[in-house]
Amino acid sequence: MVSLLEIVIPVEATGLFSYSWLMIAIPMLVSAILLLGGKATDSWGHWLGVLGVLGSLAVALALWITMLGLPVAERAVHVSGFDWVSVGNLNLQAGLLVDQLSILFALLVTGVGSLIFIYSVGYMAHDPNRRLFFAFLNLFIVAMLVLVLADNYLLLFLGWEGVGLASYLLIGFWQGRHSAALAAKKAFVVNRVGDLGLLTAMFTMVGLFGSVNFTDVNQAVGSASTTWLTALGLFLLLAACGKSAQVPLQSWLLDAMEGPTPVSALIHAATMVTAGVYLVVRSHSIYELTAAASLAVCIVGVVTLLAGAWIGSTKDDIKKVLAGSTMSQIGYMMLAAGIGPAGGAFAIFHLFTHGFFKANLFLGAGSVMHAMNDDTDMRHFGALRKVMPWTFVTFGISYLAIIGIPPLAGFYSKDHIVVAAWEQGWYFGLLATLGAGITAFYMTRLMMMTFFGKKRWAEGVHPHESPKILLFPLIVLSIGAIVLGVVLNNAIQYWLAPPTGGHPHSAAWWDIPWQGWVTLLVVLVGVGIGYLMYRGEISYEQPHTINPIVYIGRNDLLADQFNDVVFVRGGGAAAAAVATLDDVIVDGSVRSAGSLAKGIGGALSKLESGYARSYGLTMVIGAIAVGVVLILGRLA
Amino acid sequence: MSPNAYLVLSAILFSIGVLGFLIRRNVLIIFMSVELMLNAANLAMVAFSYANGNLLGQVGAFFVMVVAAAEVVIGLAIIMIIFKTRRSASVDDQNQLKH
Repeated sequence: MVSLLEIVIPVEATGLFSYSWLMIAIPMLVSAILLLGGKATDSWGHWLGVLGVLGSLAVALALWITMLGLPVAERAVHVSGFDWVSVGNLNLQAGLLVDQLSILFALLVTGVGSLIFIYSVGYMAHDPNRRLFFAFLNLFIVAMLVLVLADNYLLLFLGWEGVGLASYLLIGFWQGRHSAALAAKKAFVVNRVGDLGLLTAMFTMVGLFGSVNFTDVNQAVGSASTTWLTALGLFLLLAACGKSAQVPLQSWLLDAMEGPTPVSALIHAATMVTAGVYLVVRSHSIYELTAAASLAVCIVGVVTLLAGAWIGSTKDDIKKVLAGSTMSQIGYMMLAAGIGPAGGAFAIFHLFTHGFFKANLFLGAGSVMHAMNDDTDMRHFGALRKVMPWTFVTFGISYLAIIGIPPLAGFYSKDHIVVAAWEQGWYFGLLATLGAGITAFYMTRLMMMTFFGKKRWAEGVHPHESPKILLFPLIVLSIGAIVLGVVLNNAIQYWLAPPTGGHPHSAAWWDIPWQGWVTLLVVLVGVGIGYLMYRGEISYEQPHTINPIVYIGRNDLLADQFNDVVFVRGGGAAAAAVATLDDVIVDGSVRSAGSLAKGIGGALSKLESGYARSYGLTMVIGAIAVGVVLILGRLA
Repeated sequence: MSPNAYLVLSAILFSIGVLGFLIRRNVLIIFMSVELMLNAANLAMVAFSYANGNLLGQVGAFFVMVVAAAEVVIGLAIIMIIFKTRRSASVDDQNQLKH
C-alpha cells in the first residue's frame, strides 16, 4: 500500500515564488482600506475592490507561467513564513505551499472572482453599501487564498473559518431582511458542525504524527494504524460535508441564496463550497490507506448528487434550482475524490469547469432578476429569450455545458467522473449516470420556464437586456464553458498527477468511452422529458401538490423539519434532562450542604443565651475536660 | 520543701474564684473572682519556681500581675461606663450578646 504513495517534498521558494504572499496581501490591504476608510471611499471603493482581486490574479498568473517553465519535480514550492505555534513538542511554521493544485485554485478564485467583481460593480450600483460589499468580497478572496495556499492544516483552518465569516457577512448583506439574517445565522451554525470535524482531525494528527503540516502528515501516514486513519478520514469528511453542503449538512446552502446574486455565484457555487473537495483531495494520502473512509466519501457524494438533483427538479425559485444543482455537482466531485488517486484529478477538473459554467449560470440568473425587478420565481418569467438575447445565449451555453453536451466543458469533466464511478462499482456508475439525466431534466425545466413559452410577467415588469458591465463577465465565462473541457481534458491529468498521486491515462478529446455515450443518451432523455413536460401552459401560482416526491423536494428533503425534530427538540429535551440532573444532584448537594451548616449553626446558636455565667460555665467544663484528658493520658 | 501545701491552697483559691465567677451577679464581685483565680495561678507558679529552683515561674507571675493590672484598669473603666448608661451592676442585665 505504502509504496503507492509518491510523497512530494516541496522545494524552497526562490525568485518570483518568494513573493507569493502578495497574492494574499493585496486584497487584504484593499479590504482594510475599504473597511477603515468608511464613507470617504464610497465613490471609488468598488473600483479599488476590483483592482485588489485583479492584482491578486496578476500575481497568480505570473506564478503559474513561471511554474509552467519549471521541471515537474520543482513545481511544488514551499514559501517559508514565520514560527506560528510553539507549544511543547508541536512547532508549527506558517508557510505557503504553491503547487500545481493550489495554483489552479488560486487561478480559479482570482480569475472567476475578477469577473464576478466586475459584474458586481454593475449589479450593486444602486446599493448604498456597495463599498462594504467589496470590502467583504476582498476579505473572502483573502481567506480563500489562505485556505488553498496554506502548507498545513491549521493555516488552512484559518482560511476555512475566514471564508465562513465572509460567507456569513455576505449572505446577511441585506440584514434588514429577516430571512437574510436567519439564513446567514443558519449557514454559520451548520458550518460550525463541520468545523468540529476539522478540529478533531487536527487533534488526531497532532496526536498521531505530532504535526499538522501537509508534508509531515504525508510522510507519516504510512506508520499509522488503519483504524486511526479511518477515523481521521471520517473527521475530514465531516468537515468537507459542512463546507461543501453535502448530505447531511446540506441544509444551509439553499437558504444561503438570500445573499446578493454575485455572492451566490462566487462563494456558494464557484469557490467556497468546493473547499471540501479541495480538503479531501489535499488529504488523498490519508484516504488512499483507508478503504472505509474513501467509501464513505463516495457514498456521501452519490447521495448528495441525487439529493441536490431532486431538490433542483422541484423548486420554482431560479436561484434555488441552481443551488440544488451546485450541491449535485459537488456531489460528483466528492464521488470522484472518494474514488482515490484515479479520481482526484477529475474532481478538480470538474470543480474547475463547474466554477466557470455555474458562475455563468448564477450571473445569468442575476441578469434575469435584474430585468424582472428582483423576482426569482420562474413561474413569473417566460419568453425572455427575445428580450434578453445576450443573457439567453450565454446562459444557454452554460446550460449545455452543465448537462454535458460535447464538446462543452461539462461533458468532459463529468464524463471522466462517470467512467471512474463505473470502474469503482456498477452501482456508483448507474447512480452517477442517473444523476446526469436528472441534471438534464431540471436544467431543461429551468430553461423552458425562463426563456421559452409564453410571457407570465407580473404587471408593471418590463424586462430589458442588462447593461454591458453585466454582460461582459457572462461572455467571458461562457467562452470558458465552451473551451475549457477540450483544452484541459488531457493536460489537467498530467498537471495534477503529483499533488493528487494520480496515474494519468492519455485521453484525446474525441476519444469517448461507452459510458460517455450511455450518459449522453440518458442526458438526451432527460432533456426530452423536460421539454415535453414544460412546453405547455405553466400556471402563475405554484400548484398545490400531494405528490410526495414533489412535496419533499420543495421542502428541501425535509431537512429543516428533520433538524428541528432531532436536533432542536431532541437537543432541547436532552438539555432539559441535563438541567434537571444538574438542579437535583449538583445544585441539590450544594444546597443541602448549605442547609446542613445552617441547621447546625441554628442549633448551636441556642447556646448563646447572653448570660456571662453560662459562658463561664462552658469554659470551665471545657477546661476540666481538657484537664481530665491530660491526666488520663498521663496515666495511660 | 514540698510545694504540696501551696498547691492545695492555690487550688482552693482558684475554686473559690470559679464559684464566685459562676454564682455571683454583681459585676465587681465577678471581677474580684477573676483576680482571685489569676492570683491562685500566680501562687502555684511561684511554688513551682521555688520547688524547681529556677526563676521562670516567678517571671511568669510578674507577667500575670502586669497584665492583670492593665486588665483591671480597662475592666473597671468598662464597668463604670456600663453602670453610667444602664444604672445596673448586675451581669444578667448585660445579656445583649446572644442569638
